[in-house]
Amino acid sequence: MNFFMSKKEKISIRQKETKRKSSYTIALAGNPNVGKSTIFNNLTGMNQHTGNWTGKTVANATGYFEYRGEIYKLVDIPGTYSIMSHSEEEEIARNYICFGNPDATVVVVDATSLERNLNLVLQITEITDNLIICVNLLDEAKKKKITIDLEALSNILKVPVVGVIARKKKTLNNLLKCMRTVCKEKEKIDKIYQIQYQENIEKAINQVKEIIMEQYSIEEKLARWISIKVLDGEVRILKEIEKQLHIELINHIEIDKVKKEALETLEKEGIYPKEFKEKMVSTIVKDAEKIGKKVCQFENKDYASKDRKIDKILTSKKYGIPIMILFLLLIFWITIVGANYPSQFLFSLFGNIQEKLIEFATYIHCPEWLSNMLILGVYQTLTWVISVMLPPMAIFFPLFTILEDLGYLPRIAFNMDGFFKKACCSGKQMITMCMGFGCNSCGVTGCRIIDSPRERLIAILTNNLVPCNGRFPFLITIATIFIAGTIEGIASSIISTIAVMGVIILGIMMTLIISKILSKTILKGMSSSFVLELPPYRKPQFLKVLVRSIFDRTIFILGRAIAVAAPAGLVIWLFANIGIQGESLLTIIANFLDPLANLMGLDGYILTAFILGIPANEIVLPIILMCYMQGTSLVNMEDTFAIGEILRQNGWTILTAINVMLFTVFHFPCATTLLTIKKETGSWKWTAISFLIPTACGIVFCMLTSLVYHIFVV
Amino acid sequence: MKEKTVNELVLEEIGIVSKIVGEETIKRRLLDLGLIEGTSIKPVLISPSGDPRAFEFRGSLIAIRKEDAKNIKVK
Repeated sequence: MNFFMSKKEKISIRQKETKRKSSYTIALAGNPNVGKSTIFNNLTGMNQHTGNWTGKTVANATGYFEYRGEIYKLVDIPGTYSIMSHSEEEEIARNYICFGNPDATVVVVDATSLERNLNLVLQITEITDNLIICVNLLDEAKKKKITIDLEALSNILKVPVVGVIARKKKTLNNLLKCMRTVCKEKEKIDKIYQIQYQENIEKAINQVKEIIMEQYSIEEKLARWISIKVLDGEVRILKEIEKQLHIELINHIEIDKVKKEALETLEKEGIYPKEFKEKMVSTIVKDAEKIGKKVCQFENKDYASKDRKIDKILTSKKYGIPIMILFLLLIFWITIVGANYPSQFLFSLFGNIQEKLIEFATYIHCPEWLSNMLILGVYQTLTWVISVMLPPMAIFFPLFTILEDLGYLPRIAFNMDGFFKKACCSGKQMITMCMGFGCNSCGVTGCRIIDSPRERLIAILTNNLVPCNGRFPFLITIATIFIAGTIEGIASSIISTIAVMGVIILGIMMTLIISKILSKTILKGMSSSFVLELPPYRKPQFLKVLVRSIFDRTIFILGRAIAVAAPAGLVIWLFANIGIQGESLLTIIANFLDPLANLMGLDGYILTAFILGIPANEIVLPIILMCYMQGTSLVNMEDTFAIGEILRQNGWTILTAINVMLFTVFHFPCATTLLTIKKETGSWKWTAISFLIPTACGIVFCMLTSLVYHIFVV
Repeated sequence: MKEKTVNELVLEEIGIVSKIVGEETIKRRLLDLGLIEGTSIKPVLISPSGDPRAFEFRGSLIAIRKEDAKNIKVK
């Protein structure tokens, strides 16, 4: 499944590869959240999404830059804490450093937690000599009164060390110089730091190393590393080594013999194979600790105390969840209110163009049916989708990214993990759900942050159970007209807010319930381990990279929406204009759906509108109005009161309103989201299931409310 | 001192890791984070839902669920 997530990136990379020929290749490694992607973007000018929460590097991203007349290829590999285990990211990272043959590997480390970052550095020193350590976030370290002796670090590890502040492009100059030197003078590099394990382990490693070097012509460093893996018995890594180097290890009789002897000797000395791994890891961690102590100085021991104070409030039992809800509400409110103006502007802009287009069509004597089909059908639907989708996304995503940049999102996962654990899922699903409020398609993409494939799939399948930006205004309109309609003033807006909140909360509850059901049925499994770093709070990078990457995201989604909206516009127009015996196709379909719709407390037109509204939820109401007004193109109405009149005239009651709200939250995902689900899961089957789950919920809920209503009220 | 798990530490109480036990995958993950013998670890935050708790060690703050944290033995 994971291959599918990286497919697109890989294709685009290949295209660039054929375009330019580079002199050197540099790998960019590091822990998550250390600013690797910022360095990548600043050097290559590409918009690799930054931040570990929404667009993290799942595959290697490649970019190019020129420095002093030579072209360098920069490969951003996934951020990991270690390259010794077998998670997907670690495998990709390890394989690239080992077998990708980069001319240099830059390990980006976080100055504020150097010690932990050194763990990865040391693991990489076991694989390659061509290493550069890039100490990033020096400004954050300074704020926390941490000083790092870069020279001492360089002397201990015998590798070049450069300090940078990645978000300030200028500071990257030293790094560039250093890359050039390392690439050009590869052969001159001294023997770099080597981790020394305890004596008997070293002896075992040497025994295996000798036999490997006897059998194959492999240089000593690599042979040592392979020996460690042979002793470790990690089959997956060994198989990869066999494949890449075309050698045999696992089934090699002599190597296996030496390995067994070495392990037996160790066992006699009290080191059992199981403990072997632990001893190795401990040695590395202790080395990192030792080095860290030598080069770091903490003037202020309590450097994290300010963060902790904030954390105590943001995750407290009393305020944690209310503050979270408040934050989210604020974002939605800004988005919905703020999007109104640009939306109106776009509407009138496109409307003016439309008039011009019609004039032009008449001028060139275009047949009326053709110009109507293209202008009132395709053009109008297309521009409609752009006008209603673009502004909210362009507002929501930057706001959300600010939360992400601040470091608040992991806290949301932390706060909510308990509930998701009960549903056998991960607290990280909460973050993807929050993104879903902005756009379900983005929420689905965001599910990449969930490590366990099972939990990721559940998060993808349930993402659509929370309403996105496109459905909010519709919910609010209906609630305002029918639920708060009889009340005047402020109370009215409060009641409609409560009604909207009600269906949202229902959506969240259903997310948990469906997740639980999936965990017990088709996606059986227990919740996997949940280890989540709560990174230090950082000042968001409001500028450049952020805004650009957001527009990337927005325009990407919009692109998918447009691809569906254009043909859908044509279909809607045809349905409204082609008819048999004076009845439009629309009416015929609506009549056909009427019996089912009646059971659900709706009418056939409403269901038809939902089906035709599949390119974007925003056009459901315009289609409903078009049907009721016997129009032949989408209807834009600003006046809530007038909309209410039309709906009431067509038989809407409070029951219809409630059911429409329910069905708005619980129905099939929009076409963009479906496409994204197909991309992410790589399977039509899961896409179909993601279609069926919310739809089934919606039908059941609507039928239930109708039943209850008819028993108790009418 | 009697050995206990990190779950038995109250907030802000410092423990020294004595051993990581349990199933291979989670053990490995905890080790990778630097939780080896002798590491000092301190629970500092508790999720509003009671679980997980966030622990401070080696200069970072990591949230770990109870069922995973029970593998971390401390003195």
